Amino acid sequence: MSEASRVPVAELIGVTREYRMGQNLVRALDDFSFTFGRGEYWAVMGSSGSGKSTLLNVLGCIDRPTGGDYKVDGISTARLADDELSEVRSRKLGFVFQSYNLIPQLNVLENIMVPLFYQDDPPEDGEERARKLAERVGLAKRLDHKPTELSGGQQQRVAIARALVNQPALILADEATGNLDSATALEILALFDELHAEGRTIVLVTHEPDVGERAQHVLRLKDGRIESVKRGQRNAAGAGA
Amino acid sequence: MKHSTLVRTVKLGISSLLLHKLRSLLTTLGVLFGTSSVIAMLAIGEGASEEAQEQIRQLGSRNVILRSIKPREDFATGGGQSVRVLSYGLTEEDLGRIAETFPGVARVVPVREIYEEVRFSDRMLNPRVMATLPVYRDVTGRVVSEGRFLTDQDEQGVANVCVLSYEASRYLFPVTSPIGEEIKIGADYYTVVGTTLDRVRQQSDLAGAGKSSSEVFIPLETGRKWYGNMQVKLRAGSREMEEVELHEIVVEVEDPANVELVANACREMLKRNHKQSDYEIVVPLELLMRAEETKRIFNIVLGSIASISLLVGGIGIMNVMLATVTERTREIGIRRALGAKRRHIVSQFLVECVVLSVGGGLLGVALGLATPLVVEHYAEMRTIITPTAPILAFLISSGVGVLFGIYPAWRAATMDPVDALRHE
Ligand SMILES: Nc1ncnc2c1ncn2[C@@H]1O[C@H](COP(=O)(O)OP(=O)(O)OP(=O)(O)O)[C@@H](O)[C@H]1O
Ligand SMILES: [Mg+2]
Repeated sequence: MSEASRVPVAELIGVTREYRMGQNLVRALDDFSFTFGRGEYWAVMGSSGSGKSTLLNVLGCIDRPTGGDYKVDGISTARLADDELSEVRSRKLGFVFQSYNLIPQLNVLENIMVPLFYQDDPPEDGEERARKLAERVGLAKRLDHKPTELSGGQQQRVAIARALVNQPALILADEATGNLDSATALEILALFDELHAEGRTIVLVTHEPDVGERAQHVLRLKDGRIESVKRGQRNAAGAGA
Repeated sequence: MKHSTLVRTVKLGISSLLLHKLRSLLTTLGVLFGTSSVIAMLAIGEGASEEAQEQIRQLGSRNVILRSIKPREDFATGGGQSVRVLSYGLTEEDLGRIAETFPGVARVVPVREIYEEVRFSDRMLNPRVMATLPVYRDVTGRVVSEGRFLTDQDEQGVANVCVLSYEASRYLFPVTSPIGEEIKIGADYYTVVGTTLDRVRQQSDLAGAGKSSSEVFIPLETGRKWYGNMQVKLRAGSREMEEVELHEIVVEVEDPANVELVANACREMLKRNHKQSDYEIVVPLELLMRAEETKRIFNIVLGSIASISLLVGGIGIMNVMLATVTERTREIGIRRALGAKRRHIVSQFLVECVVLSVGGGLLGVALGLATPLVVEHYAEMRTIITPTAPILAFLISSGVGVLFGIYPAWRAATMDPVDALRHE
């Protein structure tokens, strides 16, 4: 596979995200252009305040750039209405958060199915898919447990299953291992490695160098701009240090 | 698909509300009490006004009733030291004038009251003993239940016969039929020839006998012959002599439209011919109209109270919902990030509001239907539940949920997902 044969999944074209704080104008993303290709596993790193979360929010279509355009799986988002953007999220994107963010009143199975619930035309086999995913992340026996009855690692597994249920084009994770002890974090990272091996596209924001090491490629930010791009092997199935 | 989505949303709403059972219950109380008080008050008001209207209707809406009343002491004539003789009231002359000169009058019926006790064996009763004409039955709409009413032959023959009202016959003859029995009115014996149905169904049992609706009818001539105009009345221990020609004149008007006209003519005539105000004029039709006006005002007042209480209930729901939205900001952020559209968030919170208010409304309807039963049982008041009342109350309470849920739901839906996700 050559550089030219990369299929773009997420394309940022001169994206700017400005925050106005009184008199000051903060540029969380500054004329940012970058392309994430299909099947790639990226770690986004950088110092605090460099714009990592902002980038991930833009990639996840929950934040709108103030300038430029962002294309996800070929769809240009700059002119989409709020509802259309929501539909893009429920079809194309999968989120894994630092603090798991499961919905407390729903059980494991229901939590996994949430993204399907919001699709305009939900698939018929949603529940079956959710069960398979629960099995895959090792929670087949806890389908009717509520999030409060699970450990942090188990909750994050549910969150990963939820991020996969809509078969997204892009999986986004912000500090997904930040709240976990190192053993559990390793399990979660192993899960990401598996997903990568299956050919899924992953963008993972992290502070920790060893987490960054495990990813295929590393993108470093500084003050809302790209500081460096470090590419690893092309098709590194289960890329390890 | 649409259907299952709604079911899911309602289920989700209920499970969210069940997370805070006490709070949800307290929130519904406003709507609950609003709804139930409306239904209960309507039922009680409807019952009371129906009872009043029935009583008035039984007086006859085509009738004008003239009654003798004892004038106030300072106008009283006579007044010796030993025995006072009070002379007052309607006269045969008044009767004649109305019967002969008033246009539009169908029938005129005189009534004399006899102040005597009624006895049968060892049972004693103080009913209204009325000496009157056979036509009285027709004009006042009394219904014979057993035997017959007074007849012209009774009148012409000055017969010693009487008709008992239901109340009177039930007290004097608890087990046997009164027909053919001889009862004693004062010192004379009368043969019972018939009984009439009770007028207003009252719940008073034997304890109430001897009061209002127990009546005994005898022929007018018989009353005139045996008791005269001068009668002794025992009142609060003292003896009083009263001279009254007629106690009541019932005037039946041909056309209901002329009732007021005839009533005014009577008023004029009596004013001219009586020196003292020893009479009163009762026009059931006027009373009926006044009762209807009162009912209308009652309904307006009730409506305002109802809207205020439902408003307060609605504000309660809105208040709790706003707090809930703030509390669940993060959940809203998660759902938005996972693809929820604004309308999903709106319907989620709106459904919770409606579940709360419909729940409160249903409980309120149940309580509102139960209250009149309790009132009826313990306060011996009639209550009427019109089918529209619970339906209307229920619809309005659900409407309140939607109305007061709109703002909190809109607040939830317009949150910025990134901000919402960052919320602790
Ligand atoms: N809602 C906001 N309002 C104003 N400024 C903001 C807002 N969100 C982010 N910023 C600013 O944008 C810049 C980038 O923030 P961002 O959250 O993307 O940083 P980050 O790289 O994720 O940092 P961290 O590693 O601490 O999470 C920061 O300077 C921050 O102050
Ligand atoms: Mg961040």
